[in-house]
Amino acid sequence: MQYPSQAVAKPYFIAALGLFVAQILFGLIMGLQYVVGDFLFPHIPFNVARMVHTNALIVWLLMGFMGATYYLVPEEAETELHSPRLARALFWIFLVAAALTVVGYLAVPYATLAQITGNELLPTMGREFLEQPTITKIGIVVVALGFLYNVTLTVLKGRKTAISSVLLLGLWGLALLFLFAFYNPHNLVRDKFYWWFVVHLWVEGVWELILAAILGYVLIRITGVDREVIDKWIYVIITLALVTGLIGTGHHFFWIGTPEYWQLWGSVFSALEPVPFFAMTLFAFNMVRKRRRQHPNKAATLWALGTGVMAFLGAGVWGFLHTLAPVNYYTHGTQITAAHGHMAFYGAYVMVVLTIISYAMPQMRGRAANSDAAQTVEMWGFWLMTVSMVLITLFLTGAGILQVWLQRVSADPQPFMAVQDQIALFYWMREWAGVAFLVGLVVYLASFFVGGRKEAAA
Amino acid sequence: MNANALSPSPAADGVRRLPGDLAIWVFILAEMAAFAVFFAAYAFARAGNVELFDAAQETLDRGAGLANTLLLVTGGWFAAKAVHAARRDRIAAAGRALWLALACGAGFLAVKAMEYADKFAAGVSLSTNTFYLFYFSLTFFHFLHVVLGMAILAILLVRLRGGAYGSHGVLGLETGTAYWHMVDLLWIVLFPLVYVMR
Repeated sequence: MQYPSQAVAKPYFIAALGLFVAQILFGLIMGLQYVVGDFLFPHIPFNVARMVHTNALIVWLLMGFMGATYYLVPEEAETELHSPRLARALFWIFLVAAALTVVGYLAVPYATLAQITGNELLPTMGREFLEQPTITKIGIVVVALGFLYNVTLTVLKGRKTAISSVLLLGLWGLALLFLFAFYNPHNLVRDKFYWWFVVHLWVEGVWELILAAILGYVLIRITGVDREVIDKWIYVIITLALVTGLIGTGHHFFWIGTPEYWQLWGSVFSALEPVPFFAMTLFAFNMVRKRRRQHPNKAATLWALGTGVMAFLGAGVWGFLHTLAPVNYYTHGTQITAAHGHMAFYGAYVMVVLTIISYAMPQMRGRAANSDAAQTVEMWGFWLMTVSMVLITLFLTGAGILQVWLQRVSADPQPFMAVQDQIALFYWMREWAGVAFLVGLVVYLASFFVGGRKEAAA
Repeated sequence: MNANALSPSPAADGVRRLPGDLAIWVFILAEMAAFAVFFAAYAFARAGNVELFDAAQETLDRGAGLANTLLLVTGGWFAAKAVHAARRDRIAAAGRALWLALACGAGFLAVKAMEYADKFAAGVSLSTNTFYLFYFSLTFFHFLHVVLGMAILAILLVRLRGGAYGSHGVLGLETGTAYWHMVDLLWIVLFPLVYVMR
């Protein structure tokens, strides 16, 4: 670590991992509720467990992105962070707001939460993934503005690199697109249309820029490949990501009441969304193959390569599987979507945050890399979580194919619940794979406490 | 037309090299993949509705389409001339060739705009029927590529004047003209597919 102010990233990473644990626990709860419907009823109903599972994911990834930014921007800009104090203050504001929101979800019925937080003054609640009370949303905007102010000033006073520019572009896009969370038109078609401006344009738009920037930064550090080469790759990747991802939003507009041309545009452009992810895989493997030094942090290299592969499979291949309008006509809103969602989030965003944590945490703890023993445990965590996620995805895909067939394609289509009963076996297997994932997560977290001979100080 | 014709005659070592920067070829492949998906979707949609497609195709102006084909092919020829001239340090000639390529592009845009105006005046739009959905989507997507190609040519022209290209190197010029050639190549597939074939 070259600049002391980079250390503000540490609490962000720790909190992110804490929320990661919460996310997985609630995932296991709702996974069990799929097959044991009254599990924990009435204390934690399915819709609440789902809300906590998805919201915790989003918040911990945002925490991870912020930590990553605070860590890499001073090094890229070759200057101290503009205000480490602001960064620390925003951390506590963000964490407390997130915790209060989760307590609100769990303690009172959702409608009561809406009443307490004055939702009728500016109604923004009740939309999937954007369930947060309006006051929490305002808090998110305040934190995001303070964060962007801090890092933008840091970049402006220091060296400008392709990585920090792409990262800032992604982060500003993230913040600006979130403003659509406050736009809640009465017309249901418009409502859904702009809702996707947040949901899709985050994960299939600006987040990809953040992903490419973080991956590029880690690859420069661990491979020592020339910045020029890495910059060119990043520009190619983000151009492909934006061109396919922006118009690719159309794959959400097939059946919500928008004009028919979206079926063509959405299909064509989203069919190409795997291309930037494929480029990312090639990028990661090429850079590691051309490496000019042997970085002692092998675990971080593994995470970086894993991000490339799993993002391509989860976001690229599993997305393509059901993105064409004629296919989506049958698969829309089935377990196929859930399969894609799980592997895409894990492969792209979870893994890239774990990549930067794997690279940066040892440095913030005063060493270039963890001991071999600790790295071995971390890599066990990598494999356990990754293989479990592959299994979760495969089981959900199996469930989805059966569901599509029994419920929508066969000569004698059956009702939703009747079909759910018949695919219960897949849900049980998914739940056990989820347990294995939790074991992997525990092993991963344990690696932070494994001692052993330390590598030379950073 | 053939982008490989832009490379210098096989060098003494006999190694054929890719003209321009490798990155542009990644883009060109991605762009061609996008159009390939569009073309496949067109074929798929047409197979389900041959009469409609044939009838609607009759309303297109093939003369305008042919004129535009000639304009783009000529524009590609001028761009290739520019590379050859720059390589021999004939900067003024290279500049003239780039201007002429730009003029061909502008001519294409003008003809296409007249065709669009004609269709809009007749009350035809993206939502009229499946054929026009494809006609407008495909040709407009291509139209935007012509605009982008012209922007690239304009940048090349500015850089050429600044002395960026000459016998010391034409990599940037090759990179930009490779993209421009892709724009006319795509039209050469698009024109027969949408205007002529039945």
